[in-house]
Amino acid sequence: MKDSYVTSDGRTIGGVLMDMRGITLRFGGVEAIKNISFDIREGEIRAIIGPNGAGKSSMLNVISGFYHPQEGEVWFRGAKRPTMRPYDVARQGIARTFQNIALFEGMSVLDNVMCGRLTHMKTGVFSQAIWHGAAQREEVENREAVERIIDFLEIQAIRKTPVGRLPYGLKKRVELARALAAEPKLLLLDEPMAGMNVEEKEDMSRFILDVNDEFGTTIALIEHDMGVVMDLSDRVVVMDYGRKIGDGTPDEVRGNQEVIDAYLGVAHD
Amino acid sequence: MSADFLYGIEVILNGLMAGVLYALVALGFVLIYKASGIFNYAQGVMALFAALTLVGIMEGQVPFSHLINAVFGTEIHHFGWHVPALLAIFLTLCVMVAFAWAVQKFIFRHLVGQEPIILFMATIGLAYFLEGMGDLMWGSDIKTLKVGLPQGGSRWIEDMTSGLGGDDFYGFFIDKLDMVATVVAAILVMCLIAFAQYSKQGRAMRAVADDHQAALSVGISLNFIWVLVWSLAGLVALVAGVMWGAKSGVQFSLSLIALKALPVLMLGGFTSIPGAIVGGLIIGVGEKLFEYTIGGMIGGATENWFAYVLALIFLVFRPQGLFGEKIIERV
Repeated sequence: MKDSYVTSDGRTIGGVLMDMRGITLRFGGVEAIKNISFDIREGEIRAIIGPNGAGKSSMLNVISGFYHPQEGEVWFRGAKRPTMRPYDVARQGIARTFQNIALFEGMSVLDNVMCGRLTHMKTGVFSQAIWHGAAQREEVENREAVERIIDFLEIQAIRKTPVGRLPYGLKKRVELARALAAEPKLLLLDEPMAGMNVEEKEDMSRFILDVNDEFGTTIALIEHDMGVVMDLSDRVVVMDYGRKIGDGTPDEVRGNQEVIDAYLGVAHD
Repeated sequence: MSADFLYGIEVILNGLMAGVLYALVALGFVLIYKASGIFNYAQGVMALFAALTLVGIMEGQVPFSHLINAVFGTEIHHFGWHVPALLAIFLTLCVMVAFAWAVQKFIFRHLVGQEPIILFMATIGLAYFLEGMGDLMWGSDIKTLKVGLPQGGSRWIEDMTSGLGGDDFYGFFIDKLDMVATVVAAILVMCLIAFAQYSKQGRAMRAVADDHQAALSVGISLNFIWVLVWSLAGLVALVAGVMWGAKSGVQFSLSLIALKALPVLMLGGFTSIPGAIVGGLIIGVGEKLFEYTIGGMIGGATENWFAYVLALIFLVFRPQGLFGEKIIERV
């Protein structure tokens, strides 16, 4: 495969950013992921699809360090990653959202998004406690970055609202804002459009494309809605019962007979 | 103004001052409970231990001297120096931070995800361990704590206010130590709130209190936050230990101030910092006023139980406390 190439819509896809090699994950006797390998290239939108229970979320949890595979290697930015706690993975520049939304419900939207900046704030407990100059400067700088993201995702109107009071669709968007605030090298989205109506889905698709386009953020997403996935992504991994049954561009995957059987159901003729 | 009315005001003032200290102790509980769901029974013993350590360091005592002497047959008790109060307070704070780290490392790290009752039992164990540890390190005799805090009633306030009432009113009697304690506790409470609200680590603390998974995903180490909240609880314990210790000597009964914080928590809710403050003030004023107005008629010493009865009544009507998060269970 070439090292980098330009897509039909003019975006540059770079070299391999994340490489999953022979990942196997077991829960007791159950193999949730069976010897799966795939890579994610810099600047691309990579989708992981599959029916319920295929192991998609488990795969995302492996990437973000919430699960540790029994076998296989995770390579990130050209180096093999040791077994890492989730917060260390986050500090490496991998941000994520959750299928069932994990926000800080009692805090305001602004505070939630500010939490996404924690990996960029370096001052220690002591200088924060006495509100030393460096701590103050850092707060102001990060606040500016956060305001840019709030503008970008068009959530200015709810900046001060406690997240617990927001409707579902907006919560999803705030969660995206928090992940984005970390300026991640790799952004993981676990079913970003689950439970949304058509209009909300369109909004979210637009934001995902804009994020990728404007910041050049590499995105890996899990999604159920086939139509959305095919429109959004550059390449797709298809999983079924913990195995990888397809990998390629949306068109390649669409034509793959095994994928059609497993994911879309065997055609009746 | 009638003397009774003025004495009533004096009672309220004293109640408010006691209330600030209750609030401070309750705050120690709230900090840990919010961030980790642990109800820390050892909070009171931590205050005792902090006060013991402070006295020990100031007096230049050799820690574990009884043990050392028994094992090696030596006769050492003192280093022979005196450490200035401020330095000793700083060193004690270091000890409390080390204690926080050890508690996290050796106990609660291994209990992540356990039932709340198991965590609670662990803190009971911790309380008695720490009590024994304090005895072993510094001896079990009653010690006096002299950090240079003023003692006794304030003549100045008495003279200034004696003119307010008639001949049978002699002015407000306000203990100087109580005033200092109130000011220090109030400042500490405000600093803690500001820290939780505006600092990076405070934000991380609130994040952990809200959702562990989400906190991990934004790069917060739960372990670090738990050490931090135990350290802050240690700081609170130290201040409470100093104030109470200066008042009534450093001895076992100091650890019982934790019991004073319980009704405050029942009233204010286990998860609310403002609740701890308001709850503390209500209990402080309530018990003093009740003792002043009704206590005499029913034999006195109502301060021992009044707070609990008040808290029980509150519990019946508002189980989540005044400011606690509302408990909604979907069926």
